[in-house]
Amino acid sequence: MTDLQLMTLDVNGEEHEVVAESRRTLVDVLRHDLRLTGTHVGCEHGICGACTVLVDDRPVRACLMFAAQAEGTRIRTVESLSQGTGECELSDLQRAFSEHHGLQCGFCTPGFLMLAEGFLAERPDASKEEIREVVAANLCRCTGYQTIVEAIDDCAAARRRAGKEN
Amino acid sequence: MTPRSTEDRLVGRSVARREDPRLLTGRGRFVDDIALPGMLHAQFVRSTVAHAEVTAVDLSAVRQVPGVVAAFTAADLGLGDITARLDRPLTEFVPTAMPVLARDRVRYVGEPLAIVVARDAYAAEDGLEAAKVSYAPLAPVTCEDEALAEGAPLLHDAAPRNTLVDVSLFASEGIDAVFAAAPCVVHVDSRTGRQNALPLETRGTVAHWDDREEQLVLETCTQVPHQVRTVAARCLGLDERAVRVRVPDMGGGFGLKCVVGREEIAAAAAALRLRRPVKWIEDRKDALTASFLAREQHYDVRAAFDAEGRILGLDADVVCDMGAYSCYPFTAGIEPLMASAEMPGVYKVPAYRVRGRAITTNKAPTAPYRGVSRPQYVMVVERLFERAARELGLDPVEIRRRNVITDFPYTGVNGITYDPGSYREALDLCERTVREEGWYEKQAAAAAEGRHLGIGYSCFSERTGYGSTAFAQRKMEVVPGFDLSEVRMDTSGAVTVTTGTMSHGQSHETTMAQIVADELGLPLAKVKLHQGDTDRITYGWGTFASRSITVGGSAVRLAAAELGKKLRRIAAARWGVAPEETECGEGCVRRRDEPAVSLSYEQLAEIAYLKAHLLPKDIAPGLTGTAAFDVFNDGTFSNATHACVVELHEGTGQVEILRYLCVEDCGVAINPQVVEGQCRGGIAQGIAGALFEQVTYDAQGEPSATGFMDYKVPTAHEIPDVAIHHLETPCAFTETGAKGAGEGGTIGAPAAVLNAVNDALRTTGVELDHTPITPEAVHNALRRQRTLEHTR
Repeated sequence: MTDLQLMTLDVNGEEHEVVAESRRTLVDVLRHDLRLTGTHVGCEHGICGACTVLVDDRPVRACLMFAAQAEGTRIRTVESLSQGTGECELSDLQRAFSEHHGLQCGFCTPGFLMLAEGFLAERPDASKEEIREVVAANLCRCTGYQTIVEAIDDCAAARRRAGKEN
Repeated sequence: MTPRSTEDRLVGRSVARREDPRLLTGRGRFVDDIALPGMLHAQFVRSTVAHAEVTAVDLSAVRQVPGVVAAFTAADLGLGDITARLDRPLTEFVPTAMPVLARDRVRYVGEPLAIVVARDAYAAEDGLEAAKVSYAPLAPVTCEDEALAEGAPLLHDAAPRNTLVDVSLFASEGIDAVFAAAPCVVHVDSRTGRQNALPLETRGTVAHWDDREEQLVLETCTQVPHQVRTVAARCLGLDERAVRVRVPDMGGGFGLKCVVGREEIAAAAAALRLRRPVKWIEDRKDALTASFLAREQHYDVRAAFDAEGRILGLDADVVCDMGAYSCYPFTAGIEPLMASAEMPGVYKVPAYRVRGRAITTNKAPTAPYRGVSRPQYVMVVERLFERAARELGLDPVEIRRRNVITDFPYTGVNGITYDPGSYREALDLCERTVREEGWYEKQAAAAAEGRHLGIGYSCFSERTGYGSTAFAQRKMEVVPGFDLSEVRMDTSGAVTVTTGTMSHGQSHETTMAQIVADELGLPLAKVKLHQGDTDRITYGWGTFASRSITVGGSAVRLAAAELGKKLRRIAAARWGVAPEETECGEGCVRRRDEPAVSLSYEQLAEIAYLKAHLLPKDIAPGLTGTAAFDVFNDGTFSNATHACVVELHEGTGQVEILRYLCVEDCGVAINPQVVEGQCRGGIAQGIAGALFEQVTYDAQGEPSATGFMDYKVPTAHEIPDVAIHHLETPCAFTETGAKGAGEGGTIGAPAAVLNAVNDALRTTGVELDHTPITPEAVHNALRRQRTLEHTR
């Protein structure tokens, strides 16, 4: 009756086999088939960025991509940022968001984290203004963005300092 | 007497948020994250016309669509209506019965007509496309002028002139003579755009019947769980006991989720009918067009001033376009009654008259939205002061200085008593900061280059901590106000706090825990807040109107104090002394005369639960403290002054914010970083309303902003950094000294932005009084002005 497809997805370093309709979006497969519910859905038309994940290290709107299109790529979601289970194992980026109060309701937060994770990997020397430009890719209704920009900028600066020391 | 010295207290410190670790790691649990065995997915067949008789709803083809399990119309489900009421005569208020699913009449595009339930969300969408609805169209009413026109089509037969609320209040004696004799009378006619509160998480619910508990369990993202329980029970014909509302993590609300929606009730009815869990997650298009909207208001206001710029009177006519129905529980009175009661604001206004109306139109209904009318009337009043300053040749800050309330408590012409605040201090500090940062020099330098820099202020207060007394003046059929709390200690000495408030981004898991931890001398980690479960607390009014820390936080502190008393009684009995001779210390009860003698909470908990034979007969086993808190006066007023500096680009009409300052006073800040977060986020939403966002319709009532391409939500590109200065005038009657801090940012921003824009335009002869101030609006106004000058 419906067009089902077997696909293999590499998510956070783990291989998953999923049988899903070919029209099923990547974000729905991540959230509802693989139960990785950290990635959120805010608009389903690619504007708000709540569903941002990394596909082959680049930030992507998971609501605008069919899961089938992600076969053969490496997908990373918010669940990959902190390894382990305890609070103390937040990544430096996650800690910076908390320290700067860069989240309130937390719904948009995974999208901003993955956006920043992808961007800083590509542009570790980004200026605060460049960070602001990138943050403007996603929507947040709670914070007014200032503390998100500050958190990412602070994390980038700390990484640069750590890089120099090593 | 709390166990902690001032420097050790957690209240007043920006402690790390308890909410953050799970939200940062993707382990939060929002409503769409819930999956239950056998769960089905619902979507709604919605009206495609704004106003019509419904002649037929045919779902037979829907039921044939692969994956569709069931489809129900109103007739299939037979549910009660949602009707919110005010205790006012029909001349002042006309109730509307909002059906859960529309029956024979639709009143806006997007109104739900039928629920389609399918094995997944995709199949549910497929089902919608197969629905056949037949309409006999009626003339749509899409704006104020159409609604109030002679012979206009009526949305509700019981509401002549499409008017749901019409109140005339305060009419000070001799006010007409005041205006006739005043040396300066200014007028503002202002319209504000319809907005969407726009929580990034749309509405949603997961409903299922629990056979063992004989309960309908509604997991739903709501600011008001107990109100949802009441409406669900009434519409479905269940005892309230048989409905349990649980609230998962919430992705914002801002008022949109503090009313009861029709879809969650319909999903519950479907779950009952099918005896399977049913999930409904609103999509963004429905959220933008068919949920609850706000803020479409029209102010026609005059103000009289004496020659020195002292205000003599305010005469206002306010019309709020509330859309198709009254929201529950607040009614269509929410906006006009707020504006009418509060408009004199921070100023000593000797004479006041207001007519406040709610009209009904063929648009999605209105719910409260952060600030409720105050962003609008503050903007109008602040425009009046600026206009009077220009006419009288006064400095715009000086004219405010001559009029702000400085002696507290102050009882206004509106009958409201304002508790102490720092109105004058905030104004002075804000202006001083703008001067010290050199903005007036920069403005002059820009003018010399032909650029348009403008500086605008807004000065306002915000009533928070509405108790039952204050809400009773609204004459709602159900009167919100109090809140309850229970603080429970377990056998290990750890504490669980319940509250009837419902955090949806405001950090209550942190701030409420700070309050309790201080009261009992516990580390923060030993205190856990439980909220959003109607089975865990008998009643609660939820989170809105900046009430949670003022009212809920007070209840929480009192309940913790009650638990402290019980711990002291047990310790006192062990020592054979009076409870007055003991006190709570860090994690223990100790003797006042001999502080080295103490019993830890763990030891006392062991006695209370596991060695109850050691308790005297008059002390019951167990460790709980319960309390209720209410406010018996007019509430407590937070206040602030905002300043905004803009550059207006004449060629494009674009408004660029160069600087934003906020001097705020919310009394004792439980967690200053959280307060700043509320300010900044609030200001961002205020700026959004001032410059960007508007829900628009065509002449047939068809919504024209159905996605984020058309409904412009500002990003980090448009929202500026905000500098915040705190003042602190503690509230005398909340248990923590705190005043509400949730809405002030949104209230002050539109006025500051609009005043700054008009200051930037001061040499052009153009004045703008409507929001949003889009580039088109600026551009068109300037072009009109040029044409006007040309034709002269």
